[in-house]
Amino acid sequence: MAFRSAVITFPGSNCDRDMAVALEAISGTAPYRVWHGDADLPAGLDFIALPGGFSYGDYLRCGAIASRSPVMRAVIAAAEQGVPVLGVCNGFQVLTESGLLPGALLRNSGIRFVCRDAPLIVENTQSLFTGGYEAGQVIRIPVAHHDGNYYADADTLDRLEGEGRVAFRYAENVNGSARQIAGVLNAAGNVLGMMPHPERAIETAHGGTDGRALFESAIKGLVGA
Amino acid sequence: MKVRVHVSLKPGVLDPQGRAIHHSLEGLGFAGVNDVRAGRLFELDVADSVTDEALDDMCRKLLANMVIENYRIEKVAA
Repeated sequence: MAFRSAVITFPGSNCDRDMAVALEAISGTAPYRVWHGDADLPAGLDFIALPGGFSYGDYLRCGAIASRSPVMRAVIAAAEQGVPVLGVCNGFQVLTESGLLPGALLRNSGIRFVCRDAPLIVENTQSLFTGGYEAGQVIRIPVAHHDGNYYADADTLDRLEGEGRVAFRYAENVNGSARQIAGVLNAAGNVLGMMPHPERAIETAHGGTDGRALFESAIKGLVGA
Repeated sequence: MKVRVHVSLKPGVLDPQGRAIHHSLEGLGFAGVNDVRAGRLFELDVADSVTDEALDDMCRKLLANMVIENYRIEKVAA
């Protein structure tokens, strides 16, 4: 059965095409492209991706306006029904602003935009998204953001750690994130938000392929189910 | 009715922008600045029928991110 995925595009998204290319390359089926103003998602989706970029010019707060757009009501409803949702970079910011994931993403502690490959430690290998990695494996995934400094209060951080919801951690201080958290899962495990861009590391021409396993494990887990 | 909404980072939340502004003030030679926190000011013009509850709701649902920010509503005499 064909893999049914959707990539949401907001005004100012700029990694939506990269995400669509990655999903098609790995699943064999092109994703639906859904515009932010659409109130409905295609029926029977297996996977929803919120791409990187600068939705609404980062006005108000990164991801704030996008998270209140019509399509996000449908994405939130789908996530609550268990549809897997991956938010990368600005997509992660949209997920925290929408309340699907805890915490917030602040300006990088060093003020500067950070654009480079970042070493990540895979902390959780039990999730749909991370089952293709080995525990403690260090992978290299590009980051490119100005507001990737993950913040949550100490109780929330303890809860995330205790429940195994830290998916990825930076192996070095990239942006000042609390406990060097690079990606977090929701309580049900079907929503992952991460600042690094796995869709930019799926072909050798990208300089690395460490992002492939994320898509492969998610797609295999879903199609095989 | 004119309403000002002041949004500021909660105490304890790192404010790299405030820190950079602080650093810049010191660079300009201003002594005695102990700390700088950057925030946002919204000026709203709303109908007199808009309730305090609605204003609160606007702040909690959009103008402020309650994970990291506090807000204060100030009604301004016309």
